[in-house]
Amino acid sequence: MERIPILRMGDFLIISIQVDMHDRMAMTLQDDLTNKIIQTGAHGVLIDISTLDMVDSFIGRMINIIASMSRILDAETVVVGMQPAVAITLVELGLTLSGVRTALDVEKGMELLRAATRSRRAEAEEREDGSVEE
Amino acid sequence: MEVSKSDALEIRVSDDVVLVRQAVRKWAIELGFSLVDQTKIITAASELARNTIDYGEGGTVRLESLIDGFRKGLRLIFLDNGPGIADIELALTDGYTSGKGLGLGLSGARRLMSDFRIESRVGDGTRVEITRWK
Ligand SMILES: Nc1ncnc2c1ncn2[C@@H]1O[C@H](COP(=O)(O)OP(=O)(O)O)[C@@H](O)[C@H]1O
Ligand SMILES: [Mg+2]
Repeated sequence: MERIPILRMGDFLIISIQVDMHDRMAMTLQDDLTNKIIQTGAHGVLIDISTLDMVDSFIGRMINIIASMSRILDAETVVVGMQPAVAITLVELGLTLSGVRTALDVEKGMELLRAATRSRRAEAEEREDGSVEE
Repeated sequence: MEVSKSDALEIRVSDDVVLVRQAVRKWAIELGFSLVDQTKIITAASELARNTIDYGEGGTVRLESLIDGFRKGLRLIFLDNGPGIADIELALTDGYTSGKGLGLGLSGARRLMSDFRIESRVGDGTRVEITRWK
């Protein structure tokens, strides 16, 4: 069966959705991604949809599920490369990507993830410092 | 108004949704729709094709290129002999789903197109007709 590859880049995972996905592939992707996040301890997931010529509520729902799953596993999700026509259509369809940040391209998406990870790490360190003082 | 070209496609399995999208894209390009309009029509078609499978037990879509004076349009008619819809107004409410969807397919398709008609009878099936004029 066709599978969507999940690439690892440092602390982050990158998924490039390039094909017309059908239900089974979407389900497999969710499972594969969960396993990969746990396996690698990744702190960010980058979903590249630059080659998608449309996003319907099926794909939108899948992105939302990926984002909420990732959040539970302590990883941020960024969607990159959404084509303008797709973005315009999404608004009219009434679909909002909840808890998902968007960026223009992979590079900007990585920057976003790095910044998010940094600030999270800083917060965690602050918390640890606090507990030492107590 | 004249139908200058027409064709019908089966919608039985998830892969057929992909084929419907590809056909609709081709016809929309042929009619000279802008990229944004193409994307809107394809997204609406994707939603209704999926409904035909998920709720209508499969069916067909009829594609029609329309000429009305100087106007050109694309009409899509989704037909199934499934269980039908008891409460159409409820089904057209943003966020209503009887399954696991986002409940944006029917309402979203209505927003994305120039014209939206739905007829359904319980035990008989559902017919959704959408048209986009250029
Ligand atoms: N072809 C159909 N046959 C029977 N019921 C349908 C059909 N299309 C839509 N429905 C009903 O309308 C509801 C709303 O559809 P839709 O707006 O596409 O949302 P979703 O697909 O997310 O449920 C569906 O949950 C279903 O109950
Ligand atoms: Mg639907």
